[in-house]
Amino acid sequence: MFKNVYNWIDERLDITPLWRDVADHEVPEHVNPAHHFSAFVYCFGGLTFFITVIQILSGMFLTMYYVPDIINAYASVDFLQHQVAFGQIVRGMHHFGASLVIVMMFLHTLRVFFTGSYKAPREMNWVVGMLIFFIMLGLGFTGYLLPWDNKAYYATKVGVEIAASVPYIGSYIADFLYGGDIVGAQTLTRFFAIHVFFLPGALIAMLAAHFLMIRRQGISGPL
Amino acid sequence: MSNHEQHETAHRPVQRKEMSRRQFLSYTLGGTTAFMMGGAVLPMVRFAVDPLLVKKEGGDFVKVVEESKITAEPQEFKFKIHQVDGWYESDPELVAWISKGEDNKIFALSPVCKHLGCTIFWNTKGHNEYDCPCHDARYSKDGKNLAVANSPLDEYEVEVKDGFVYLGPIVPNTRS
Repeated sequence: MFKNVYNWIDERLDITPLWRDVADHEVPEHVNPAHHFSAFVYCFGGLTFFITVIQILSGMFLTMYYVPDIINAYASVDFLQHQVAFGQIVRGMHHFGASLVIVMMFLHTLRVFFTGSYKAPREMNWVVGMLIFFIMLGLGFTGYLLPWDNKAYYATKVGVEIAASVPYIGSYIADFLYGGDIVGAQTLTRFFAIHVFFLPGALIAMLAAHFLMIRRQGISGPL
Repeated sequence: MSNHEQHETAHRPVQRKEMSRRQFLSYTLGGTTAFMMGGAVLPMVRFAVDPLLVKKEGGDFVKVVEESKITAEPQEFKFKIHQVDGWYESDPELVAWISKGEDNKIFALSPVCKHLGCTIFWNTKGHNEYDCPCHDARYSKDGKNLAVANSPLDEYEVEVKDGFVYLGPIVPNTRS
């Protein structure tokens, strides 16, 4: 059944080469944990991506109930977590996944650093990886405000005041992040927009670049 | 490469009933992947479809007006219900047109036109009918659809207790 559908489409559009290009590539022995168990350190990049996918999915589902509004934000989070079935799990996935992404990304960075994989010709991929790192930090910072509880409020206040201590342009950065003079209604909608539209868009573009480059250059050789 | 192919064709396939290694691996991998995907996606799907599975609560009856004030001529009465909409609770005001029928029974009509949902009023054109301002739908005193709309006006469930009229959930028209 599935095979017939696939063949019908393939006859017309010749899609097999498309996915074969993506799927058919050799995994060298030195990155295969079946050969050397210590090669599990090469898994952290993939794990980061896996958790990122979970973050995107769970985030999409959370926005079915969440509102970025100072009156209702906390109430809507409380409702989706405690009244909606599996709300605790879906919010938990997004909450703990956020920390786990940072952990996995950090381990991936360490692996790349200690295997020297950032060296020529892969410097650009290191730079893109660093951009991804900062985008992830931005996602964590903006997402932290959204439940609009005390912790969120003061974390954002502190974070923006740190940003405001940048010489010369600090106060402009603070105004841009606040969207006004206080951490308030405009800050919340701003952070929501950055968290769900701007940064994920940038993240997906950077991830695409990251993966294209690694596919083009291949995994770096053994130590 | 050509050497390899020759070898393949020269080699006679062994007929075995067991599952091949490739098949076993693809089943195991597929099963594990499906399990992990399911574990992640099922809670989210259940989360999304929760509104479909929540039990609908029967509305409470609300005290609206003294029984003695109800006449044969429909009158408009406003009353407030308590509404819980997710995290937002409010007390919206509803409208009912209450009158006594020829059977001397008190009944209450919803003012929502069954054509396209505008709000109807009693006797705005002097024909002793309910008129809808949007597309000239008309209903009899019992809510029977006379023009434009293709079903009669809904009713509120009515309860008369201790000289007061109480209104409950909306039900399809029972009088026409």
